[in-house]
Amino acid sequence: MSGILDQLLQAGFFAAIIRIATPLVFATLGELVSERAGVLNLGIEGIMLISAMAGFTTANFTGSLWFGIAAAVATGMAFGAAHAVFTVVLGLSQHVAGIGMTLFTSGLAYYLYRLIFGQQAAPANIIGFKPLAIPGLSEIPFIGAVFFNQFALVYLAFAAIPLASFVLYKTPFGLKLRMCGENPRAADSAGVSVLATRFAAVTIGGGFMGLAGAFLVMAQFNAFTFGVIAGRGWVAIALVVFGRWDPWKAAGAALLFAAIDALQLRLQASGLGHIPYEVFLMLPFLFTIIAMALMSRNAAAPPALLKPFRKEER
Amino acid sequence: MIRLERRDTTPAWLNIALPLAAVLATLVLCSGLIALAGANVLSAYAILFQSALGSQTALAETLVKAAPMIFTGLAVAVAFRAKFWNIGAEGQLLAGAVAAAWTGAFPMPGPLGMAAMALAGALGGALAAMIPAVLRVAFKVDDVVSSLLLNSIIFYAMNALIEGPWKDTFSAFPISPPIADSANFPVLIEATRLHIGVVAAMLAAPAVWFLITRTTLGFRIRIVGENAEAARYGGINVPRILLASAAISGGLAGLAGVCEVGGVHYQVMSDLSPGFGYSGIVIAMLARLHPLGVAPAALFLAAVMTGAEAMSRATGVPVFLGDVIQGTALLAMLAALLFTSYRIRAVRGAA
Repeated sequence: MSGILDQLLQAGFFAAIIRIATPLVFATLGELVSERAGVLNLGIEGIMLISAMAGFTTANFTGSLWFGIAAAVATGMAFGAAHAVFTVVLGLSQHVAGIGMTLFTSGLAYYLYRLIFGQQAAPANIIGFKPLAIPGLSEIPFIGAVFFNQFALVYLAFAAIPLASFVLYKTPFGLKLRMCGENPRAADSAGVSVLATRFAAVTIGGGFMGLAGAFLVMAQFNAFTFGVIAGRGWVAIALVVFGRWDPWKAAGAALLFAAIDALQLRLQASGLGHIPYEVFLMLPFLFTIIAMALMSRNAAAPPALLKPFRKEER
Repeated sequence: MIRLERRDTTPAWLNIALPLAAVLATLVLCSGLIALAGANVLSAYAILFQSALGSQTALAETLVKAAPMIFTGLAVAVAFRAKFWNIGAEGQLLAGAVAAAWTGAFPMPGPLGMAAMALAGALGGALAAMIPAVLRVAFKVDDVVSSLLLNSIIFYAMNALIEGPWKDTFSAFPISPPIADSANFPVLIEATRLHIGVVAAMLAAPAVWFLITRTTLGFRIRIVGENAEAARYGGINVPRILLASAAISGGLAGLAGVCEVGGVHYQVMSDLSPGFGYSGIVIAMLARLHPLGVAPAALFLAAVMTGAEAMSRATGVPVFLGDVIQGTALLAMLAALLFTSYRIRAVRGAA
């Protein structure tokens, strides 16, 4: 047992938490931006997958990881925009459109991957990102190894948290975005274009989902497999609720879940796991449902979430 | 100049025309992908539907695949009618499958064993669906998110069971012990897998139709879905109706699991459902939430899923075309719904 404790106090364990949290932070911020504008995006699981596929394929053929990232972000934004066409422009039911988007993009990702790479015995591999040590900071004992010897995308994810918070709470665009999620009628009266703002929010959110998918195939696994997303999109949906629609709290929730996941992996590897690992995988969903029940009295959800906005309906 | 105009009523013929148009649009849109794969579009589709519907064996295989999809389609249709947004048919199916496989392992005379499995499966699914329904009624928890998240919880719980305490000791794989041989659903046509669960699914559609259109409960479910406020004023206990529709919906999804356990796999494994619960959403939407429309919609998707494999072998078009068609069909149907509340009108002169 002390062996496990020693392991858990090592920098490697904490560095793993940061790494595991990264795609969740991207995905959670993406979903959060969309939901704060009033649009639930259940397409997240599929958008992450097709972005991962596009990013991996691009990196594989161009030999440039950053081209891959750009392709993943562009793909995420394109399908985010597609979700916005259905839910914002056409005002169709958000949950059905989201499930449709996930089914469509997942199928398309599998289809195109098989078309491009054929049926292989082993999945194609790329040489993924190498950790990027921050000069000076990475030398700090413990802290350096945990925080400052990570992939570039990790820094990007953690920089995106304050950025998202700043944009949401301190800029005119963020104010407009939140108004669309809280009271679109009032936003409209104040001269805000609800359609344009929501469209932008869902599209930007899609870009973040693309980054989440890209991280998995270009930094974590360096290969694209059909199960690569493995429910992380659904986890992000849970984390947004658990983090009460706030970037900092949602990112904190992502870190908490990453810590549970990292712990679970170590326990499994050590053979000490008396508890089935599935129990740990279940926790973010279980916690979120319990939290939703407990919080319901002072609900933090954007009031206009799931409600399409049509200008002519008064 | 054309203009979209709001309309107050939806003509009945649209309920048939829109799904057909959506399916047609889907096939046209997906033909681009077939062409991309370098295959002849028409012959690829011909092979797909030929190998799904063209012979007795093929048709039987398609029907076997359609059975759980009819059940999940009905499950979603009932729930959506009451505006209980059940995205959790996938999890409820698995809960039903686990309950059925556990019950079916007890040695019992065949018919009794099958009935017990069906009952247990329906109960398992209903209980799983009650969780988001109770959370919504008692705590105002959003049912879309809670029912979706429950899918993952149930999936992991099932895997924990079949990898741990419930693992079949005679197998190297994480699967549950098989059900008793006597509880295996009888096969109706020799040399096929057409089992009695398919007949049950075919009968379930008119039964649910009767329930929704011809009973007081069905009437209340529809009223609650159409206008909960009016239902309340009319003296209907809205929470109770929501719970009832959740129980019926979950029970139907659970029966989909029973179908797979009793008629196809005879045990529970991790990949028991290739997303039948999510297909249920596609099917219910294509059926315009009409129980009688669920059967043809499920048959269409099942044919696509069955035929895609043979088409892929014959033409080299990736088998995942089936999944793309399913997703496209849902999005196309959703877009087609615009015509239920708008009509296109040609406007002369300057607008």
